[in-house]
Amino acid sequence: MSGTYLGMPAFPKAAHEAVHNATLRGNLRHATHTIRGKRAKAVAEMSDWAELREAGKLIKDHTLRHLDRYLVQLEESVTAAGGTVHWAVDADEANRIVADLVKATGETEVVKVKSMATQEIGLNEALEAEGIHAYETDLAELIVQLGKDRPSHILVPAIHRNRGEIRDIFAREMSEWGRPAPEGLTDTPAELAEAARLHLREKFLRAKVGVSGANFMVAETGTLVVVESEGNGRMCLTLPETLISVVGIEKIVPTWQDLEVFLQTLPRSSTAERMNPYTSTWTGTTDSATADGPSVFHLVLIDNGRTDTLADEVGRQALRCIRCSACLNVCPVYERAGGHAYGSVYPGPIGAILSPQLRGTASEVDASLPYASSLCGACYEVCPVAIDIPEVLVHLRERVVQGGPVTEKGNKVVLKPAKGHAAERAAMRAARWAFSHPGALRTGQRLASRSRRLHPRTLPGPGRAWSATRDLPTVPAEPFRDWWQRTNGGKGMSK
Amino acid sequence: MRVALFLTCVNDTLYPETGRAVVKLLTRLGVDVDFPMGQTCCGQAHYNTGYRHEAEPLARKFSDVFREYEAIVTPSGSCGAMVRELYPRMGERARAEGRGDTLARTLAPVVPKTYELTEFLVDVLGVTDVGAYYPHKVTYHPTCHGLRGLGLGERPRRLLQAVKGLELVELPGADECCGFGGTFALKNADVSAAMGADKVRNAESTGAEVLCAADNSCLMHIGGTMARLRTGMRPVHIAEILASTEEEPTV
Ligand code: SF4
Repeated sequence: MSGTYLGMPAFPKAAHEAVHNATLRGNLRHATHTIRGKRAKAVAEMSDWAELREAGKLIKDHTLRHLDRYLVQLEESVTAAGGTVHWAVDADEANRIVADLVKATGETEVVKVKSMATQEIGLNEALEAEGIHAYETDLAELIVQLGKDRPSHILVPAIHRNRGEIRDIFAREMSEWGRPAPEGLTDTPAELAEAARLHLREKFLRAKVGVSGANFMVAETGTLVVVESEGNGRMCLTLPETLISVVGIEKIVPTWQDLEVFLQTLPRSSTAERMNPYTSTWTGTTDSATADGPSVFHLVLIDNGRTDTLADEVGRQALRCIRCSACLNVCPVYERAGGHAYGSVYPGPIGAILSPQLRGTASEVDASLPYASSLCGACYEVCPVAIDIPEVLVHLRERVVQGGPVTEKGNKVVLKPAKGHAAERAAMRAARWAFSHPGALRTGQRLASRSRRLHPRTLPGPGRAWSATRDLPTVPAEPFRDWWQRTNGGKGMSK
Repeated sequence: MRVALFLTCVNDTLYPETGRAVVKLLTRLGVDVDFPMGQTCCGQAHYNTGYRHEAEPLARKFSDVFREYEAIVTPSGSCGAMVRELYPRMGERARAEGRGDTLARTLAPVVPKTYELTEFLVDVLGVTDVGAYYPHKVTYHPTCHGLRGLGLGERPRRLLQAVKGLELVELPGADECCGFGGTFALKNADVSAAMGADKVRNAESTGAEVLCAADNSCLMHIGGTMARLRTGMRPVHIAEILASTEEEPTV
């Protein structure tokens, strides 16, 4: 994945600042709560939502189980339609392929359709290093790019910004990148959108190369599908002569009919729309002299940790994700911590299970992500492909604290437990021992009861975090089991 | 009907009054309650923190202690969900690891017989009016594992609505997590505290005197935050409300 996030601190540390940033929390709270309510309404309209969710899950699972077969079929269909397929094992390889393809056209500029895959591999930075400027054309991505910022949400990358901040970024930065913002720009949505439209139009008309991702790839025809709201993606797909699409290998669906399910569940889950405004599909190349669309088409299929994830029988369900971002919008942790704390282009609940699988759990932030959840289950409930995120979180916690077999770059290896959990491990063992011996538990309870007047109001060590903001419960004079014995199960009680 | 009370280790140690309330309530409803002394902990804290292998012996012990009873009742949505939802999964994982069916077969008998208290009252005993009296203004917080793990739905609210003297007021953002989450409260203390504070502010806005829930762990977190924020509200377990009568009121 992108090197941009390397060296990120662990989640709790990164979240600490976000929690105390009032503007950020306000922006996030407002945005997530609005979309949350709308989504619930849009979903409630569908009497067959449960069936659609199950169908989406089954289609994805079936495809993942036979991924080898469908990938070969896709390659054949794309090639037959005039496109060229490239395979990239990791981010570096994918970036090199794309840079070489752009250089072969002689161009130094590309326009981009919003794409998670290209962010995941850090394509823009890699192209910049080769002297190629990549221009984001999605409004929110544009805001992030102009602000020299990082996206903090899958669907609304600039969710952490409010209108005033966006106005300032446009006024300050647009001239550096092309057409400047109009004089006296205000923060009304219409004016901001118009400023972006003018700025981008200049880019669309000039660019010879477009770079995109895709929401789906249909194996039977080699068709790529982009679902979007603004139409800027469609501009990038129809105007440039060369199109380079970078897509994760898990985006495949076998047939066009399968799209029927996802084109219903994706827009309702992500933007709470019954149907998304622009669904663009393209297959291979066109004769650009007579038709819209690219005359040269390259598909770069990236693995970047996906087949390793596929090898894990509990964790592989994360690959069903259609990036709708519904789980972010309902997540109480995301709402307070903000997207940047997750140290990845995939924030929120899905990020917490996807990043440590795609990247491994070696770094500080990746080892902390499985714990960035209270396991409340809201993400699972809302997910349109029924990914049991809490289940995978607990599974990854196990990997962090106990180690175990994993697949890394196609090889089976056995991970050692992560460092820094020794005290916890010892405590868990001791607790297990006490709980396996009711007598020991009882002795402990009695000791706690007898010494209860001496208990401190605040705790040392890891408990300090608790008692800093919450009062501790007081220990009762008598644990229940003593009462039960003393009163013979309450029979000695006054009735 | 002879049922076993699975009180949970947290309630046994810190909230014995909840256990006494369950005994009082069930006895009043004609149920013969036993408290098997061999019980300790269902293993949830271990399991959820990533120590599944440490949780397995606790699950086996749970099954040994409780398997002979007709029903197992627990005043905790969270521990109830552990047995019903996660014990089968532990069995499956053991099987996937090539350890055969032993664990799954050991745990299977207790899974369908384990009920959270409000489920037991409504589904098994078939009562919603338990003859309780509690003259207070109350708001109800549905805890996550009860809500999404067990699917308790309207059961707790229906029970509360039938309590004489009780005025039930809706909690804004009721379905949102309070931020406890077991070790989450320690590992991500800032986020946990922010979630708790928002929950308490929502509760305060209802004007209720009491916040009620079916899980003392969440109530410990919410109550600890309430005390720190000096709201004057009290956290009370639903069992204590349902056990309260005109003759013997719970404060
Ligand atoms: S995990 Fe589910 S809810 Fe979250 S983004 Fe992916 S598909 Fe959407």
